[in-house]
This record gives sequence, C-alpha cells and structure tokens, in this order.
Amino acid sequence: MGKLKYALFTGCTAKQSTPEQMMSTMAVAEKLDIELIELTEASCCGASHLQDYDDFLSLVLNARNIAYAEKHDLTMVTICNTCQLNTAMTKHRLDNNADLKKRVNEKLEEVGLVYAGTSKITHFLYAIIDDFGLDKLKEMVVTPLSQFNIAPFYGCHNIRPSELQNETHDTPENPYNPSSLDDLIIACGGQTVDYEEKNKCCGFHAELQSPKVAATLTGNAIAGAMDGNADWMVTPCPLCHLKLDTQTGHASHAIGREVSLPVLHMQQMIGLALGCPPETLGMKHHVTKVDFV
Amino acid sequence: MSTNAITTQKVNFNVFRFNADEDYLPYYEDYSMDVTSEEVVLDILNRIKWDHDGSFSYRRSCRHGICGTCAIKVNGRVTLACKESMTDMIEVFGNELVIEPLSKKRAIKDMIIDKADFWEKHEQVTPYLDTEIDEAPTAENLVTPAQADALDEADLCIQCGACHYACPVVEISDDFMGPAAFAAAYRFEADVRDGNESRLTDVNKMGSGVWDCVKCFECAEACPKEINPIEKIGKLHNMLFQSGKAESNVATRHAVGFEKSIKRVGVLDEGGLVLYSELAGIVKHVPVALKMFSKGKIVPPWGITKSDNLDEIQKLVKSSSTAKF
Ligand code: SF4
Ligand code: SF4
Ligand code: FES
Repeated sequence: MGKLKYALFTGCTAKQSTPEQMMSTMAVAEKLDIELIELTEASCCGASHLQDYDDFLSLVLNARNIAYAEKHDLTMVTICNTCQLNTAMTKHRLDNNADLKKRVNEKLEEVGLVYAGTSKITHFLYAIIDDFGLDKLKEMVVTPLSQFNIAPFYGCHNIRPSELQNETHDTPENPYNPSSLDDLIIACGGQTVDYEEKNKCCGFHAELQSPKVAATLTGNAIAGAMDGNADWMVTPCPLCHLKLDTQTGHASHAIGREVSLPVLHMQQMIGLALGCPPETLGMKHHVTKVDFV
Repeated sequence: MSTNAITTQKVNFNVFRFNADEDYLPYYEDYSMDVTSEEVVLDILNRIKWDHDGSFSYRRSCRHGICGTCAIKVNGRVTLACKESMTDMIEVFGNELVIEPLSKKRAIKDMIIDKADFWEKHEQVTPYLDTEIDEAPTAENLVTPAQADALDEADLCIQCGACHYACPVVEISDDFMGPAAFAAAYRFEADVRDGNESRLTDVNKMGSGVWDCVKCFECAEACPKEINPIEKIGKLHNMLFQSGKAESNVATRHAVGFEKSIKRVGVLDEGGLVLYSELAGIVKHVPVALKMFSKGKIVPPWGITKSDNLDEIQKLVKSSSTAKF
C-alpha cells in the first residue's frame, strides 16, 4: 500500500470550539503516515441550516469545496458528521441530476472553478477502516485500552440516511446496528459498551430553538452510557462532542439526574492507543475533565 | 426475494405483552420458532396468534403495504410488518429479536397502540386540498406533469406512523407535530390547486412546528414508502422564507446567520452566530461560554481564520442567492 493521501475538509468546529479535535487529527495522521492536505479555501458546509434558508446557495458553496478536492485529485476526508452529510448530499444530488449540476457549474464558472464529480467524500472514520485497515491499526497499538469500557456514540449524520452514507464508504454500516466505531474501539484494545442511545441523536441542531428537547437527548445519551458502565464515551463528530462534553449541566437538569462522562474524539482515542503524548491530543481543552489519562 | 432454496433457522422472539384493561405493567414473553427465508414479520405475528396464544393482538389488514396499520418495532427499529423480510431482520439483528409496538407508552393491547396523537397532529396541517371550487366548471383543472412532480412523492404516505414514532422529538415533546404531519403539510403546500392561507403559518410555530426538528434523519430511515419526511421539512423551511412567512426569531436568524457569516469570513463564526440568533437571549449561554472560554474553546471574531480565496465565496453568495429575509 502506498502512502495514503487525502484532501482534508476540517469544517468550522475543529478550527474553533474543538481545537483538540484538530490537534488529535494531525497527531494521528502523522502516526499512521497519512498525508492530509488541508482545504484552506473551503467555506462552511452550511450545517443543514443554510440549506433551510437557501438550498441552491448551499449546493453552490459545497460544490466549490468539493471542486478544490478535485483539483488535488484526492478523496475528500471530513472530520465532522454534519460536514460529511452536507458534502456527500451535495455530491449525490449533483451526480444524479444533470440539470442541477449544470446550473451549479454555471455559477462556479464565474470564479473559474468546475464541479466534475470525480472526488470521493468520506469521513475519516471510514477512511481508516476502508483504506488503512483496522488489522494494521491493531498491530500499531502500543497502549491497548483494555482497562476501559468505552461507549461509542455514532452521531446521526454519519449513519443516516443510510442509502446516502453507504455510497461514501466500502464497509457497509447499518444505522440500526452500526459497528464501525465499535470495531475501532476493539482495534484500540478497548471494551465496547452496548447501549440503546449509541445510534441516537445528541440534539445539537435544535439547541438554540428547542433547548429543552436538545438537552434531554444529550442527557439520555450520557445516562445510557453510564448505565452501561462506560468509563468514557467516544464520538467521530465534533458537534456531538460539544453537546456531550460542554452541556452536562443543562442535560442533567433536563432529565432530572446528574450525568457526566469524559468524552473523547475518535482521533484522541486512537492517539492514546498509538502512544501519542496526551498533550498532542489536546485533553486540556475538554470541559468535562478527562481524568484517566 | 432471492432465487436460492428456502432456508430455515431458529429464532427467539421476545415479545411485548400488555393488556391495558388487566395488566398493571407490560411484560415480555418468549416464543421460539423455525423461521423460513420466505417469511415477513407479519407471518411471525400471525404464527404467535395462531400457534401459541390466540389472545395476542396486532393490527393488519391489507398485507400489501397499503393500509399502514401493521407498523411495529423490531429491536427498536420501526418496520411495516407485512413488508419487512425476516431474512433482513435476522441479518441485521441476529437470532434474538425483540418485538414491540410502535410506542410502548401508548400501548393498549400488545402491538396495538392508541394513535390518537398521530391523527390529531395530522389534522392540524389541514391535510386536504383547500380551494374554491367552481361548481359549474367549463374546463378541466389540468395539472402538468412537472407540477405533479413537485409533490415529490409526498402523496404516497400511508399514514403508518413509522416515522412519527421513530422521531425522538415526538417522544419528548407532546406539542411537536412530527414528520408525517409535516410531510402531509408539504404535500398540499406543493400542490398548485391548493389555496390554503394558514397551513404554512401553522407549521411555523415554535415548539410544535418545523423548527424544533433536530435533523436526526430517523424519519427518513423509517419510512417504508421512502417519502423522506426530513427532506420535506427542509422544503417547508425554504417555503417559509420564500413566502415571507418566516418571522424573525431565534430559529430563522440561526438559518440566515450562516449566510451572513459565510459572506463575511467564509467559515462559520460560531460565537457570532449564537449572538446574532439569540440577541438578548445570549445571556443564558454565558455560564457555558465562560467554561468553554477557559478551556480555549472560544475563538473571538478577530481570531477567526478566514477562508482562502474569500472573494470567490463572496462573489458566489452574491450571484447564487435565491432567498431573502
Ligand atoms: S429528522 Fe426531525 S422530524 Fe425526522 S425524526 Fe428527526 S427530529 Fe423527527
Ligand atoms: S411518511 Fe412514511 S413512515 Fe411516515 S406515516 Fe407516511 S408512509 Fe408512514
Ligand atoms: S397490513 Fe396493510 S400495510 Fe401492512
């Protein structure tokens, strides 16, 4: 296998409220000898909210982001579930509707770009599973996480809608019984926790307009992991991470029970298993203290 | 169905049992059966009733995915019993299957639930063509194929409730109208013949309307008719802005705020977005914001890294915008 190389679409959150995710992505990529070319030209994906306001504009902006990955002739790797959904959805719609693609390209032409549809778009989680391989990762583990019960939290926008998501990676994922993150935990030597909320919603996208509902969903998720005897949770999505890590006060209040667990980004978990020094994984940026490192 | 030979395997069914007239609490009963690769979930329900316990109750009528009565949950997954193949269920969940009604808290008897909340919410969206009828028309009311396509198959809904009872917001909030009601609202809003003036405003209410959707895509996954209710919710959002019926509130400003931020810096200015969306309501975010700030999680507006080639983005926002607020 030659050196893996991807165009990295960081999304906005990794650059702002989850700096630890950005740090650990880079640390893990270096350990795994994966080259990530950051798409510094990229705009926000619209996070499904710009789509509510102006669908066509969101298509044009996402197509522009993909066009930059195509310029590098690389697969685009995302590190945020919502970026993954919105970018992959754009690709799906443009690749399946010649007229829409033409209208979007008319706009892109104004700035000298073109969307061709040649780049794949995949989440880093699946890039590791499909391209790098969990067996190889397992061989590289120096600090197996065997003393930990780890609760996987998948996040909606990486598993649903499954028809779209399964177009973006080779290893099939069933949204009702997902396995990718569990498999990653096992590869890192950890024990996985099976709990009802692992494939449920964290509430992030209604946090401002419907805080009570959002906090209840966050609370239920942490409570489910705690009842499953988890030592900590792990997620591939920075938005889920924000909810689970920073909103424990609201979440506890909403469900009438104190809930709190350390929550790691998937990259931090891999980093720990591969022996990256904790300071390169940004643990100090967590609101809920990571007390076991 | 595959052309392979019919295979048989043993499956254990853990079945929700409850009779609201007699039982204080529900309980689960185990039934072990040989299941063939040809069977659907409804065959299993029938066999529980016919071979094990005649009092076992469930709804079914058409057996062809039309009447929408037979939706239940298998291992937490909503499914139309008469359409769902047992082979697929076993492939996803293995040989231990849990059979439950769509909503345990609404159970009346075994799989039968009280669907009143579903119908009440359905009614709230005026789920019919609302139009002035010329009693003595001189010509047909023609709908072109393109106009019919605009419904985007929302008219295929069989009101099975699968999406509604898969929706986490319906589960938590009694007011939320839910994905099926929104799909129905879209179906009539998209119909050129409809003249209803209040439907869009009805689904625009905070607390019950489209803005409270958490975008989990459970409804899209659940729908046996592939109606994709969340996509229709997105279209209702678009219609609200296009019709000028979207009032300025935290939800609409949140959507519009993305465009403002992208125009300014290319990326999302997270702090700026919350401020713009909440206005004075920002104070309630201060305690969490302070904690986040102390952990280096908040980047001030002047610290945000702008997108490279920002001029391209700004040009595209100008040339490609289709909405106004
Ligand atoms: S996407 Fe929205 S309407 Fe659909 S199930 Fe989730 S919260 Fe409910
Ligand atoms: S939208 Fe689909 S899942 Fe929902 S009630 Fe209609 S047919 Fe059933
Ligand atoms: S029995 Fe009518 S839809 Fe299943």
